Amino acid sequence: MRVYAYLVAVFVLLVGAFGIVRSRNLVHAVVCLSIAQSATYVMLLAIGYQSKATPPVFGSPATKPNTSTVEPLVQAMTLTDIVVSATVTALLLAVAVQVHKRHGTVDPNELAALRG
Amino acid sequence: MLSYDDSASLLLAASIAVPIIAACMLLALGRKLPRTVVDGVAAATAAGVVAMLGFLLANAANGRVVNWVGNWHPKHGYSVGIVLVGDEVGTGIALLAGCLVFLALVYSWRYFESVEAHYHCLMLLFLAGMVGFALTGDLFDMFVFFELMGAAAYALTGFKVEDPTAVQGALNFGIINSLGAYVGLMGIGLLFARVGNLTLPQLHDALAHHHADALVVAAFVAVITAFLVKGAMVPFHFWLADAHAVAPTPVCVLFSGVMVPLGVYAAFRVYWLVFADAIPVADVRRTFVVLGALTAVVGAVMCLAQRHFKRLLAYSTIAHVGLFLLAAGCLTESGTAGALLYVAGHAGVKSALFLLAGVMLNRYGSVDEVDLFGRGRDTRLTKWLFAVGGLALAGLPPFGTAIGKAVGEEAGLSSGYEWMPVVFVAVSALTGGAVLRATGRVYFGLGDQPRGENHSTSGSAEEAEVPMLLSRVRITMLVPILTLLVGALAVGLLPGAHHAAEEAAGHFIDASAYAREALTGRAVHAAPTPDVGNWTASGILLGLLSAALAVAVAAAALYARRLRLLDRATSGLDRATDRLRALHSGHVGDYVAWMMAGMTVLGAFVGLPLR
Repeated sequence: MRVYAYLVAVFVLLVGAFGIVRSRNLVHAVVCLSIAQSATYVMLLAIGYQSKATPPVFGSPATKPNTSTVEPLVQAMTLTDIVVSATVTALLLAVAVQVHKRHGTVDPNELAALRG
Repeated sequence: MLSYDDSASLLLAASIAVPIIAACMLLALGRKLPRTVVDGVAAATAAGVVAMLGFLLANAANGRVVNWVGNWHPKHGYSVGIVLVGDEVGTGIALLAGCLVFLALVYSWRYFESVEAHYHCLMLLFLAGMVGFALTGDLFDMFVFFELMGAAAYALTGFKVEDPTAVQGALNFGIINSLGAYVGLMGIGLLFARVGNLTLPQLHDALAHHHADALVVAAFVAVITAFLVKGAMVPFHFWLADAHAVAPTPVCVLFSGVMVPLGVYAAFRVYWLVFADAIPVADVRRTFVVLGALTAVVGAVMCLAQRHFKRLLAYSTIAHVGLFLLAAGCLTESGTAGALLYVAGHAGVKSALFLLAGVMLNRYGSVDEVDLFGRGRDTRLTKWLFAVGGLALAGLPPFGTAIGKAVGEEAGLSSGYEWMPVVFVAVSALTGGAVLRATGRVYFGLGDQPRGENHSTSGSAEEAEVPMLLSRVRITMLVPILTLLVGALAVGLLPGAHHAAEEAAGHFIDASAYAREALTGRAVHAAPTPDVGNWTASGILLGLLSAALAVAVAAAALYARRLRLLDRATSGLDRATDRLRALHSGHVGDYVAWMMAGMTVLGAFVGLPLR
């Protein structure tokens, strides 16, 4: 069953990339980039998941030290990943707004300032 | 040396933390401080980082400096902590980053009059990202620092927000690099799924006796893709020219001089430490050599086709990245040493040329060599600096570029690639020739008055970076340029530079020693490498040959119309070049499509021979 999670992750990554390729609007392209990144969340969480395991919170009566828990590290990585994503998305959206101000369009097909 | 608990290991963390703290302080107080203080604090911080890294580099010669952050030392070779490791190559390239940031900050003294401290703050964050990326021994941290230096770099690229090309370049740069990083993170996730750990030394131990199965190959391709997007290998290179052409010139220095080579560094660091035992050497060598040669040729041809001087230099960086990949891609000690020397020499020369491009821009308000024909004839020093820079880029001995090129050529020959010196010489001559052609036109008024239809990337609309065009070169601009050229000379002239590079390369590729030192804290004594001199006769001759060819290329380009004989040959060449130019469309969707195609090609190169 686990393999489906990985396939979903790869699919989401490719969908995001395809979205950027076909994008007619830079804001849409930046959102597609976030979609591509959400593939990494799916991937990381799928790696840490274990069926019939509890959350990695020890010390409560329900979780004794040797019960099996899901991998705690990948959650930390996913959180870091989300922070990185928020930074990059915010920055790129700000740049997209600026592109609109300077070029009067956000359609990549109409931006011809960097050809050749 | 015992490396866990000494003061040197604290410096590893400090050299990342200090610029971040200084950046935060400048951001908070920058509005109230006078501009001179802001300039001074930023430059002093960079100088402090240089001092720390210089001390670390001296220490690293006796054994790697290791810092398990928060004292999560490994027990029986296992730790959940994260680790910083300073070996010669890592601290060396971090030191290069520190030096270039320092010089760029000196150059931008009283530059960009209107800014608060934002520019300085971003430069220091960029420095922290690069130093962290070079020093970390943890794959996930590499991703985080990749994005930290990425975010600072995107913002710096789009710093001239009024300039339409700048914002478009920043957006292309940001989308391509971030998508590359996410692809890399998928690969990192796959490795974590297999091994349950992400520090490089533990990954090395886990994959040391592993065969290359589909998961390892997929992880390798994904991680290498991310780093080579930063390293601008064809076909991941499209963002580079867009970003370099539009970023402020002091920022271009950092992009070309150290950020792009850092991508190549990371690709080889991860290959040697993690995948070298699992994936057959011949397989990887073929991949790097073929794609390196392609990168070098595409970069050189595109370089010659530009008239926008900064864009020309940007494509020359792509060409040189191809040469670094060729040298290091031989996967031998001497090839790695050649790449190290070449990176150091190239950083000096290319950075000096970018700063000179800034001088051109701030003096004439344009970087278009057609537009500026003969405008610089009355300068006294600048024109000779340009000429020296062009010759040094072509590999004129005794510049560091020449010694790197010579060692790389030797390494190619001894790995059985007889054609490699030809590529080195041709690419050096073409890129150097392009710089000399532009110099000849702008500063010496040589050749025919160029015609040339206007196209969008001519560079005539480039925005100057000082409020009033300069009538003479400021001393704060001249000193960094001269320092960089002298630095490039020093790489070639200092006795023992080649030997030191061989030693550093030997330690760089010795993955098991890296893992032992990081996991036990005990120094592993490597056998000393035999002493080698800096120069060989063939190296000097090939260097002189490529410099002479560069002059010939420049002369042929300048006097093309008088040399009617060349007409038929060049018109065919022109058509091919035009077709190649058309691929560089400035369209972010195209770039992503190329990236996916490139990843498929990489996968095919590495994966198919294993079936």
